[in-house]
Amino acid sequence: MTEHLTTRRTGDALQLDLRGEWRVEGLAAIDSELKRIDLAGVRHLTLRTHQVTVLDLSAAWRLREFLQRLRQLDVQVTFEGGAEPEQLRVIDKSLARSPYRAPEEETAVEPVEALGRHVVRTWREMVEGLDFLGRVLVTFVRALASVRRLRPISVARHVWDTGVTAIPIVSLIAFLISVIIAYMSAQQLAAFGAEIFVVDLVTIGVLRELGVLLTAIIVAGRSGSAFAAEIGAMQLNEEVDALKATGVDPFEVLVVPRVVGLVISLPLLTIIADGIGLAGGALLCRYLLDMPFTQYLERVDDAISPTTFWVGVLKAPVFAMLIAMAGVFRGMQVRDSSRELGRLTTVAVVQSIFLVILADALFAVLFMELDI
Amino acid sequence: MDAPRPIVEVRGIVNRFGSQVVHDGLDMEVRPNEVFGIVGGSGSGKSVLLRTILGLRRPQAGTVRLDGRDISQLSEQELRHVKAGYGVTFQQGALFTSLTVLQNVQLPMIEHLRLPASVRDELAMLKVRLVGLPPEAAQKYPSQLSGGMVKRAALARALALDPRLLFLDEPTSGLDPISAAAFDELLMELQSQLKLTVVMITHDLDTIFRTCNRVGVIVDKKMESDTLDGIVRHQHPWIQAYFHGERARARLGAHGT
Repeated sequence: MTEHLTTRRTGDALQLDLRGEWRVEGLAAIDSELKRIDLAGVRHLTLRTHQVTVLDLSAAWRLREFLQRLRQLDVQVTFEGGAEPEQLRVIDKSLARSPYRAPEEETAVEPVEALGRHVVRTWREMVEGLDFLGRVLVTFVRALASVRRLRPISVARHVWDTGVTAIPIVSLIAFLISVIIAYMSAQQLAAFGAEIFVVDLVTIGVLRELGVLLTAIIVAGRSGSAFAAEIGAMQLNEEVDALKATGVDPFEVLVVPRVVGLVISLPLLTIIADGIGLAGGALLCRYLLDMPFTQYLERVDDAISPTTFWVGVLKAPVFAMLIAMAGVFRGMQVRDSSRELGRLTTVAVVQSIFLVILADALFAVLFMELDI
Repeated sequence: MDAPRPIVEVRGIVNRFGSQVVHDGLDMEVRPNEVFGIVGGSGSGKSVLLRTILGLRRPQAGTVRLDGRDISQLSEQELRHVKAGYGVTFQQGALFTSLTVLQNVQLPMIEHLRLPASVRDELAMLKVRLVGLPPEAAQKYPSQLSGGMVKRAALARALALDPRLLFLDEPTSGLDPISAAAFDELLMELQSQLKLTVVMITHDLDTIFRTCNRVGVIVDKKMESDTLDGIVRHQHPWIQAYFHGERARARLGAHGT
């Protein structure tokens, strides 16, 4: 006695009584009950299904497989009353309607082939990237012809989104960075009695490098990802295609305003970060080194050359270009699935941070060669 | 005549968005083994009603009973069970884009059943073939499918757990008339063979006349429901316009009313 069936054996004939609910929820039990039936020496099987209250398709599928196995063993299967349950016929019919074809064998990718594919893919991406850069520049130059085509309202929105709303976090981080430099250098320089040089370190460090670099990294995390996700979602929604079909150039309305907006806002953010960084340094020197503000300001004046500030700020538009391009380019690449959207947004952020740091390194070498 | 206990029973539903009232005391009843069509103008709240019945949205007032059980009174666990008991297709298909068709069909099985992977594969494949998709389509991603195939794949996923109740939101929208007819035919076949109860939102008059036993029309924030023949004779001006407009007349002639 089991839950779903009972068997009665007479000679080489087996009578199988199905009963109760044959539902997908009980499939595991049904499977094991069918497996436990002793089929040795059975030549005839009579199936009685009138006690079954529910026979759903999944359970019918298992029953069908069981019966097929029996038929392969040359067992004669008869349904009591002659009628096969309708569910079995539904399955037969749908299998006939959609005949099975063996899927093509997937061949394993050889390492050499994989390397080749990778190289080709990377090459193509580089060409695509250059193509993208070229189109952005061309669109930008064309848009310069009229103010309307520069989309001032759209640019303003992006200056707000990427710049104004980022002020609090950029300020906080600039302040913390100057605190870190001041603390660390004060400790080291104290050994030489040269605490006054803390001011030099904070000033030059923040103005030349850290102010702009950290601001760019924060903006890459905030806005680079936002660009990629926003444009990627538009791609998935076919909004970009809709723009194209309307005769509107997506580069003009989507790409250039973002690039221009970020090129405007990142230098301004950098200036704010510089200011807050210097203020933080002043505060630290006042309370950590007991240095009056006037002395701090004098020292700052001595430490910086006329170019120090500009060296930092001039890097900002370049970083902004890199961040905006990486974000928008990856966003435009999104196709087909939400997983792609996530993947490319990640790629956009990682790549823009990498590009920013790479560019910064190149700038460092360049400025040293130029002796600025 | 003693009507069988309704499988879906909606009483006095009120749905409001801010000051905008979408449903004001809406009643609806779906009986076992029937195909119930929900019709209404754009913005009349068909999809909101469906979301309310599915428990995706809590109405401001009223009750929804599925199989006689008030879904607002159920525990998390019971609700999960109720949800495993019905299948749904959404307007845009709502297939998971990062999964293949086969994985899409398997997802409800993985969530609700404990089955060995090989059995799950077979059952999912059966559902794919049941809805008339070629077996090769099982390994494809939703973005590689045509509109008609997406609708079928969505139906296969809705049928994953062998539900007795199916909710379809505009199953034939966006399909050409021939594909739509084929889909209707498939639906009717499955409905009669698997003894399904189907609740369907649709705008397609052809689909309504081909498949529905009873129709509920959302007008004036309430629902007027009747048999197909009955609803066609309903005196409400919107229903008259809907079933006796230019577009409908040809169809009605063919239907013999």
